[in-house]
Amino acid sequence: MIGYQRSDGRKGIRNVIVVAYLVECAHHVARRIVDVSADMDVHLIGFPGCYPNEYSLRMMQKLCSHPNVGGVLIVSLGCEGFNRKGLHAAVATTGRPVETLVIQERGGTAATIAAGVNAVAAMKKSIANIPRVAIGVEDLIIATVCGGSDGTSGLTANPAVGKCFDQLVALGSTCIFEETGELIGCEQIMAERAVTPALGEAIKACVDKAARYYTVMGYGSFAPGNADGGLTTQEEKSMGAYAKSGDSPISGVIKPGDLPPSNGLYLLDVVPDGEPRFGFPNINDNAEIAELIACGAHIILFTTGRGSVVGSAISPVIKICANPDTYQRMPDDMDVDAGRILNGEATLDEVGGEILEKIIASASGLRSVSESLGHQEFILTYKSFEPVGPACLPARASRA
Amino acid sequence: MSQKDSNQLILLHEKDNVLACRRKIHRGDALMIDGLAIAASGDVDVGHKIARIELDTGDVVLKYGVPIGSITQATRIGEHVHTHNMKSDYIPITTRQSTGDETNSS
Repeated sequence: MIGYQRSDGRKGIRNVIVVAYLVECAHHVARRIVDVSADMDVHLIGFPGCYPNEYSLRMMQKLCSHPNVGGVLIVSLGCEGFNRKGLHAAVATTGRPVETLVIQERGGTAATIAAGVNAVAAMKKSIANIPRVAIGVEDLIIATVCGGSDGTSGLTANPAVGKCFDQLVALGSTCIFEETGELIGCEQIMAERAVTPALGEAIKACVDKAARYYTVMGYGSFAPGNADGGLTTQEEKSMGAYAKSGDSPISGVIKPGDLPPSNGLYLLDVVPDGEPRFGFPNINDNAEIAELIACGAHIILFTTGRGSVVGSAISPVIKICANPDTYQRMPDDMDVDAGRILNGEATLDEVGGEILEKIIASASGLRSVSESLGHQEFILTYKSFEPVGPACLPARASRA
Repeated sequence: MSQKDSNQLILLHEKDNVLACRRKIHRGDALMIDGLAIAASGDVDVGHKIARIELDTGDVVLKYGVPIGSITQATRIGEHVHTHNMKSDYIPITTRQSTGDETNSS
């Protein structure tokens, strides 16, 4: 695998130019710049709100300095609350090319689109010669998420990803699993896998927080389609989702935008801290994917039973289909057919190995199915977090 | 009984009182549950659950060897176990009924 060397020592598997709008009012201009550029490696991200928010600034800073990103074009209306200078400065310190276009200063829509298209073309040239470097599996951060889960997810795709995670951790990679709201009911068995008792307590506290938060929201992390697919309760969905984590020891708990401090398996706590303020923790699967990417994930393993089609900006999404009937209905949206396990045509270990092969192919530059179809979904909303406590990161604490 | 029938259901853990459907079951299909032949009382889709034993209101449902909720009405061996006869012991879920979207439930 050959990747892109970044100034912070990390290595990317893509060399994407990100066009980032800082308020919904700049969305159309930014989208037109991406559309007119007509390049699969120019991606649109953005934040819709006009009020400032520490979490969204940090998310955008981490996303724009992700190792898969080669350059950044910031598109601002001009009067929004987002700290555009803070974002610009954070990208500039990484040595990446970065430019900010302010629509109100550039003469409006057409002038800014024209300037943006030129800026992207110039950036494309300037990042074409970024040093290429060998990448090993140990350099990769691989994250997993499930979406459109059904009763087959926990029997095929999720445990197959767990098998793949076990192999990756053994090879020295960093793996991240998430959605503490979808781990309600698994807190005790999960805590027993923590590398220290204090981390085990921290994991239980995370799930307790998620249960309290979702109780205030009135529902668990559960869509009507989950029930159509045979899942009856949150804790049943949780047990199936939990299988994605495999059997490795859990090395730590991180929050959105935190880089795992070592290799191993990490749990991402996605539920905001404090009293519920801004609504549901993650309003859809892409909100979770954006957070995993902000934690440095190079590739997302997305398991689905009902048949999700999404991809993502910045990092490739590999789609693993749990349900054999769904695979038959929409094979062109899936990278891996894990439903074969249900028919006895493949074992969990075989499908886990197949997922690892897809990761290596994707890290070598091959496009995943969702990437080839042009899926580059992205969403970012309001949240608030406190930093993780020392018990959450035993590896970092022992080095300090 | 045919090979196909013996493969319809999976026991995920020996403690479980429900079985997972490996493929769609049709009303009247012969189910073999712990050596007992039972005719399926209705259609049940892939991934859904079937009662392995007689279940009473309040019984804890075990899948993967762990509790995943409890029974809300008496359920016979071989019957579908789902939202009509089972509930969470943690938190309610969103259903088509609660969103007023019952027409889109297929």
